[in-house]
Amino acid sequence: MAAAKRPALPVILLANDLLDGDVVFATGPVDGLHWSRDPGAALVGGDEATAERLEAFAAAELGRQQVVDAYLVDVAVEDGVPVPRHYRERMKTTGPSIRRDLGKQAELPLAEAFTNPAFLRA
Amino acid sequence: MYRYDEFDERFVRERVAQFRDQVARRLSGSLTEDEFKPLRLKNGVYLQLHAYMLRIAVPYGTLSSRQMRQLALIGERYDRGYGHFTTRTNLQFNWPKLRDIPDILDLLADVEMHAIQTSGNCIRNVTADHFAGVARDEIEDPRPTAELIRQWSSLHPEFDYLPRKFKIAVTGAAHDRAVIKAHDIGLRILRHPQTGDIGYEVIVGGGLGRTPMIGKVVRDFLPKADLLAYLEAIMRVYNLEGRRDNKYKARVKILVHEIGTEEFSRRVEEEFARLDGPSVNADPAEVARIAAYFAAPSYETLPAGDHGFETAKAASPAFARWVETNVTDHRQPGYAALTISLKPIGAPPGDATSEQMRVVADLADAYSLSEIRVTHAQNLVLPHVKLSDLFAVWQRLGEAELATANAGLITDIIACPGLDYCALATARSIPIAQAIARRFADPVRQKEIGVLNIKISGCINACGHHHVGHIGILGLEKRGIESYQITLGGDATENAAIGEILGPGLAAEDVPDAIERIVGVYLAQREADESFIETTRRIGLAPFKAAFQGASRQDSSEVSHAVA
Repeated sequence: MAAAKRPALPVILLANDLLDGDVVFATGPVDGLHWSRDPGAALVGGDEATAERLEAFAAAELGRQQVVDAYLVDVAVEDGVPVPRHYRERMKTTGPSIRRDLGKQAELPLAEAFTNPAFLRA
Repeated sequence: MYRYDEFDERFVRERVAQFRDQVARRLSGSLTEDEFKPLRLKNGVYLQLHAYMLRIAVPYGTLSSRQMRQLALIGERYDRGYGHFTTRTNLQFNWPKLRDIPDILDLLADVEMHAIQTSGNCIRNVTADHFAGVARDEIEDPRPTAELIRQWSSLHPEFDYLPRKFKIAVTGAAHDRAVIKAHDIGLRILRHPQTGDIGYEVIVGGGLGRTPMIGKVVRDFLPKADLLAYLEAIMRVYNLEGRRDNKYKARVKILVHEIGTEEFSRRVEEEFARLDGPSVNADPAEVARIAAYFAAPSYETLPAGDHGFETAKAASPAFARWVETNVTDHRQPGYAALTISLKPIGAPPGDATSEQMRVVADLADAYSLSEIRVTHAQNLVLPHVKLSDLFAVWQRLGEAELATANAGLITDIIACPGLDYCALATARSIPIAQAIARRFADPVRQKEIGVLNIKISGCINACGHHHVGHIGILGLEKRGIESYQITLGGDATENAAIGEILGPGLAAEDVPDAIERIVGVYLAQREADESFIETTRRIGLAPFKAAFQGASRQDSSEVSHAVA
């Protein structure tokens, strides 16, 4: 990923798991990044150095064939959790808005910032 | 129905084995995503927003009860208990795991199904009139032609890497129910006005997407026997001269548009003359073998009417209403074709649960000679039901929430999956369809409005056919929010037309009000039995534009709730 295309800070890194396509988020300390299925656990890159580490992790993991379609997403931190600024990525983070019984919104105890009714319309 | 022969069976099984190996190599890391992607797409596997998606071909929309049960089983065992029927009459599963897909493909092969060529720059699933073999206005069943094209185009080595995807539809009837003028190639079976011979009108260069075009007639009458050679000539001209430098200009419609219909036609005829027709055209014995699979089933000899059916209609207004909208005349006396609406008010258009699929399969076995059709309008059809059985079928459908009486009405909305599932979408489609359906749910009002096709796409690729909707809705992104552009006057039939934009894009919550205003203009201006599209053609866009400009944000709380 070229630096010029990097979205505005702060950012998180998301991808789809190779095996089941589920959306995964880079989490953990900067020097021990790994994947979590919980968007609330995503590591927020609030500075250039962290964003670069997330980019480097994305490239390495794509190379290791663990994930597909890894990219940085700009977020707003709300109630301590990183909420994507764009509605497309918010949809990707929770699951279909028309089937609340499917996707992460049904499988995980998501933070309220992801599930309040205004979430997709912000 | 067509049954696989030894060759078909081996071909599909080999393909599953190849893909199993490709998936294994992908999972072991020996294939990169860049290497794997074209392979998975050739087998109908996409990566969408939340998961992989598997698109399964339903050739010319014909399914047996056995196949439907297998789809139900796959939905339950490997997905989330439901599937989505598309405008290409395919079925999509939204949540398969990559490692399971080879097993799913094996289960499909068990019932003579596959997902080959449901994606990629190749000739896609061939569609046909969903009332094929049944319709009273039919000259000849289009399915033998569609099956012949399916066999010819499957893994055709010359047309495996076209400039872009390629879609073919066939109708054998006077009234076009297969949207043939919005296809790369549309074929209309017709009789030669002088000789009475059966042949094809060949239409090329239709298509929706970012540059919508109505197809042009390149051959008024093509003798039936010359079909494959002529198609091959069209494909060669396109393959050679279609643009590969810009994917947005790569469809055959752009080529036809750029060089003109006459010149395109001339080049096709030149190529056709050069081709060794007999070596390309199907052997008449093979054509006859295929056609035999679609011979009319063994109907009972019945009177044209049925006393019990008439009594049931008189006794049950709800049944009578359903018959009026969802039952179609059959060429065989005493029979009808019935449309099973997959548009219950407020539900995602085209979705069916595994349980509903089994109900449909059981009903097909009991009442419709085990046959089912999928329509491009995302509904199902039981094509051969006796009038005397209609009431029983309706009751059973009702228990499964499959008896919504709205076929062809304002709540029978086509909607692509949109941003709720699709990685390409720019806005959601399904919640808009749900909000409009809820607004117009009243059956009396729906009947008063009459035939009105609303079609919604969640991006410019137009899977929801919005350009040819009487009212079309296109979801876009505008400054970080979803915005909906309304078009009016589109038509998907033999009178095909591209809708025109009414005005600036609307917020999601304003769409039902805008539809309300458009319908209001129609109801105020219609004459006698005029349908919505007829009134639109007569009075033009101006009165609708005027009403549309007045669209306000008031009274939208109901929709805000629905869309939130």
